[in-house]
Amino acid sequence: MTSTATATQAGALVDQVVRRFGDRVVLDHLDLTIGDEELVVLLGPSGCGKTTLLRLMAGLDRPDGGTVEVPIRRAIVFQGDRLLPWQRVLPNVTLGLYGPDAGERARLALAEVGLAGRERAWPKELSGGEAQRVALARALVSDPELVLLDEPFAALDAITRLRMHNLVRQLRRQHHAAMLLVTHDVDEAIALADRIVVMGQGQIAASYPVTLSAAEREVSVAREDLRAALLADLGLANQH
Amino acid sequence: MTDVASPAAVAEAPVDQRPPAQAREVFAAASARRTNVLTRWRKRLSWPLGIYTTPVAILIVWQILAETHLLSATAAPAPTVIARTGWQLWQQGTLPTDLVISLVHRALVGFALGLGVGVVTGVLGGLLRSGEYLFNGVVQIFNTIPILAILPVMIVWFGIGEKPKILIIAFGAFVPMYLNLFAAIRSVDQRLVEMARTTGAGTWRLVTRVFFPGALPGFLVGLRFALAYSILGLVAAETLNANSGIGFLITNGQTYMQPDQVWVGLVIYAILGLLADQFVRLLQRTLLRWRPSYEAK
Repeated sequence: MTSTATATQAGALVDQVVRRFGDRVVLDHLDLTIGDEELVVLLGPSGCGKTTLLRLMAGLDRPDGGTVEVPIRRAIVFQGDRLLPWQRVLPNVTLGLYGPDAGERARLALAEVGLAGRERAWPKELSGGEAQRVALARALVSDPELVLLDEPFAALDAITRLRMHNLVRQLRRQHHAAMLLVTHDVDEAIALADRIVVMGQGQIAASYPVTLSAAEREVSVAREDLRAALLADLGLANQH
Repeated sequence: MTDVASPAAVAEAPVDQRPPAQAREVFAAASARRTNVLTRWRKRLSWPLGIYTTPVAILIVWQILAETHLLSATAAPAPTVIARTGWQLWQQGTLPTDLVISLVHRALVGFALGLGVGVVTGVLGGLLRSGEYLFNGVVQIFNTIPILAILPVMIVWFGIGEKPKILIIAFGAFVPMYLNLFAAIRSVDQRLVEMARTTGAGTWRLVTRVFFPGALPGFLVGLRFALAYSILGLVAAETLNANSGIGFLITNGQTYMQPDQVWVGLVIYAILGLLADQFVRLLQRTLLRWRPSYEAK
């Protein structure tokens, strides 16, 4: 335990976590460590327990066994934007923010996600991509040490999703936070991850460190090999 | 296809079976649509009175029926007669006094009391489990008791003064206010509550920025019912025993066989109901601007 204690100064440590819903064991003694400033992509088919794990790490749910250790300063981006429809964009971002500089910090966060000037818009006036960017700004404005993203771009169209990937890469240069991104999209995983972990049978079934350059992530033999390996882990070996 | 004689006609047959080429729709800006005098006038004349259209139409038909004596003056005097009687009562000074007593001394005080208690208990019941257990059972019991049924009890307890009247009106406002506010707070989107918790917002922010605005549509529904039921309570309380107010005006008119005066009282109650509804609609339009609501064409 002493060796892991230092590893979780930042990032997160999930140790032998069990979560049951009735008779169904969703997480079965699962271990996962996320390093300081590491972006881990959690990949798995629908219903394998990805979101359950993320909710445990967010503190929205408690494990039936084992421990979850996460920084207090953490933020979550949900699958839907979950903006308060009765508040304009700026107060949506400052929801959890206190202090006299809250407005200024929120303005900066909105500028970072490319939404400067939209502070006074109502959520109903935003497109799906814009709303999700506000949700991203709301998560990053508190300067979190851990950002948990639960299929944040799943509901967006392909072009908007690629723009969001660029945005995430750009934000990682400015914010030094560990990130856990849950997705079922193999290409999204390869595009963004420092490490890809594949879930299966309630555990981490496989783990792939990704050291490819930005260009290699687009087109390369190594990319295709990784993609094939991930698809095989997901039980989709014959498909492309 | 009866004239399938020549090979050329056979070749054309499938072409004829397609939907006709002119079955298309063109969408363009409203201003670009071709308008003639008729459509312009129709647009100008369509529903110029909004929701007042039907009441005004009823008034007109009523007036015609009364003037042609199809409707006897004792059954329902013409609207103009009612208006004239109202004007006379106003000039005599009885109507202004009765209005102030009914609307301000009774309706306003009772409504404010019921609303206040309803909002406080509704918020406590909605936000706290203990509040729910404390208030819900009692209000559910109250909800099934008609206002008219508790009136005798009120008179036994508080006599025939102003107190039972105010309490009846307060009771009418309290029950729907509590029930709707409770339901509205409980039905606030749990995903938003969860999200707000994860941002690190404190309890006060959670309540003021998530629960209260989220419950506002339901609160306004409750307000509408509360207004309607307190007017109902006002009528009930004033009709059974009163020596002043609109209800007294009506019972007085009944006693001295003056149907015109009875109708003046009824019309005032009706206008009160319409105004209450319009007031809540105005609140909804201004307070719920954020809602992507459906606008009927």
